[in-house]
Amino acid sequence: MVEANPLNSRERVLSDIRAALSDVSDASAPVQRGYARSHAGQDIAGLFASRVADYQATVVRATLAELPGAIAQALEGRRVIVPPGFPPEWLPDGDWPADEPPLTVAELDAADGVISTAAVAIAVTGTIVLDAGPGQGRRALTLLPDYHLCVVRAGQIAGDVPEALERLDPVRPLTFISGPSATSDIELDRVEGVHGPRTLHVIIVNDL
Amino acid sequence: MKGRDNVVWLGSPTFPEAARTALADTQLRHNLRKATGTIRDKRLRVTAELDDWEQLREAGASLKRETLRHLDQHLLRLEESVTAAGGTVHWAHDADEANRIVTELVLATGQREVVKVKSMATQEIALNEALAAAGIEAYETDLAELIVQLADDRPSHILVPAIHRNRTEIREIFLRDMQRFGRPAPGNLTDSPADLAEAARLHLREKFLRAKVAVSGANFAAADTGTVVVVESEGNGRMCLTLPETLITVMGIEKVLPAFSDLEVFLQLLPRSSTGERMNPYTSMWTGVTEGDGPQDFHLVLLDNGRTATLADTVGREALACIRCSACLNVCPVYERTGGHAYGSVYPGPIGAVLTPQLVGAEHAATLPFASTLCGACYDACPVKIDIPEILVHLRAQVVDAKRHRPSAELLAMKVAGRVLSSPRLLALGQRAGALGGRVLGRRGQIGRLPGPLHHWSASRDTPVPPQESTRAWWRRTR
Ligand code: SF4
Repeated sequence: MVEANPLNSRERVLSDIRAALSDVSDASAPVQRGYARSHAGQDIAGLFASRVADYQATVVRATLAELPGAIAQALEGRRVIVPPGFPPEWLPDGDWPADEPPLTVAELDAADGVISTAAVAIAVTGTIVLDAGPGQGRRALTLLPDYHLCVVRAGQIAGDVPEALERLDPVRPLTFISGPSATSDIELDRVEGVHGPRTLHVIIVNDL
Repeated sequence: MKGRDNVVWLGSPTFPEAARTALADTQLRHNLRKATGTIRDKRLRVTAELDDWEQLREAGASLKRETLRHLDQHLLRLEESVTAAGGTVHWAHDADEANRIVTELVLATGQREVVKVKSMATQEIALNEALAAAGIEAYETDLAELIVQLADDRPSHILVPAIHRNRTEIREIFLRDMQRFGRPAPGNLTDSPADLAEAARLHLREKFLRAKVAVSGANFAAADTGTVVVVESEGNGRMCLTLPETLITVMGIEKVLPAFSDLEVFLQLLPRSSTGERMNPYTSMWTGVTEGDGPQDFHLVLLDNGRTATLADTVGREALACIRCSACLNVCPVYERTGGHAYGSVYPGPIGAVLTPQLVGAEHAATLPFASTLCGACYDACPVKIDIPEILVHLRAQVVDAKRHRPSAELLAMKVAGRVLSSPRLLALGQRAGALGGRVLGRRGQIGRLPGPLHHWSASRDTPVPPQESTRAWWRRTR
């Protein structure tokens, strides 16, 4: 048994809160939402591309027809893990490692990299959001390999954070990625490359 | 009183004594000046990019305040959502109870080590020490926390606990101490930040790959969906939140937000205020457990530990709105000169000076409310507009009150007012607080009202008079 008397602490905390708030009326105080829904201008895909590049990630723009070539070029021969549901026609010919049956952490750690799609992207902040949906796979796939190539459809790019959250389903596990892993812990200056993928490559498909 | 937590480090010198020592440490002052200077510039750059920054701050402040006003309801809703999504919610009245809950959860897994994501709440309750007493090793995985843990040091900043260390010192710590905890640092390690980050990556990799239990904090939790949020940079958070089988999250009760959609405000305010980025590299959100992805056993421990007592103080409760961005530390002239250790608490800087005395009782941290010049820079930087100088003045009065054993509020108010009028800095505070709260100093000949009840708390309060910039505010702005 984890806790001898869980109800007691729960009731105690709740009643302490109520006692602490005895001076507060029940009415709701209005939340002031005078902020903008978006800080993006007209060229959302262009803004996304430049903001991702600001994080030292590589960004390429391609049409759907050019996509397989752009992917092959970006991979430079890496054998990347392909999550379930990733469109096979986008990949160069070959036998790609899959996550079926699920790869072990050691196998993920040893992989050349991973390729994935995304759920949503955010232009103003240069962020990719993964929700473990088709083409993305479970979270560990895009975490342990040191190289991540992410294919983002232009239509998936939201202007800003509020619009992006509206498109997401909070029930799914969500990972917001803004550039390669980094730290500001040494003299508060940003250095790229700690535990997450140290190389982030983004291809924006203009006509999807 | 509560036992062995870390809100105040027992045996620490008082702030004035510790500050004197710190001021004599020129290396420390140099490290701090460099680091806080860097982050200040970055923050100003990215906050200036958003022309509605003030509206976002207003939204953040009013959201937090409104949440706290009905905190019990939001917590109950959170409990319901997390439970429905397959998680288990625990309630802890104090540090000892939270530590006991976490320790028993870890022991129940049969594991004897855990990986940790940086969390102020677990620092506050001294969880690592409690786990160690039960024979459980806790490995910090945030780079700055790792530096502090390796050197057997104390945190000195809420976001970058090793801010007092420069790259040369970090290299020495890695070379000397990594081997005691696992994989040693490479012998040819240089002090370039990229090299140091690589050494941390290699050292922690083996721990991530074998970890079965993780302990995290939480930046936010949405009551309507049960979604918990961790904001980070390095990917150590993702490792801890994704790879282990069991995840235990310890969260202060004030972190709850009413709705998932409220994150649209805080995901703009927090990264820009804390590391000065448009967005931090990684933010993870999870709702209960997801089959086939991540930990299948999720526990959320809701921690009080002095928070309800803070909530009962009609002025001081505002400090519970804090989102731990650390902007107030980075702009504080006192913090920049003394560093974090002088505050003798896991919560240093301006927010620590108002939070620590409230969490432990003013008599246990009596000098902290005086660890400020009341210049107001913290308030201007705070993304949720916590009026730290106002709370400081309020707590000073409490300390004076406790010392004189004279519980006469009237008398005290007069004393405060007397000090205000004789101190140019306090006068500046009074003018600013007055202008912002519509409670102009001496407007009704009631100097004794300063610092006044929390002017934005009550739903039925009058609309404030639009602020007129005082000469002093203008002076600060144009300096
Ligand atoms: S008090 Fe405000 S500025 Fe200071 S850490 Fe908290 S949220 Fe940030």
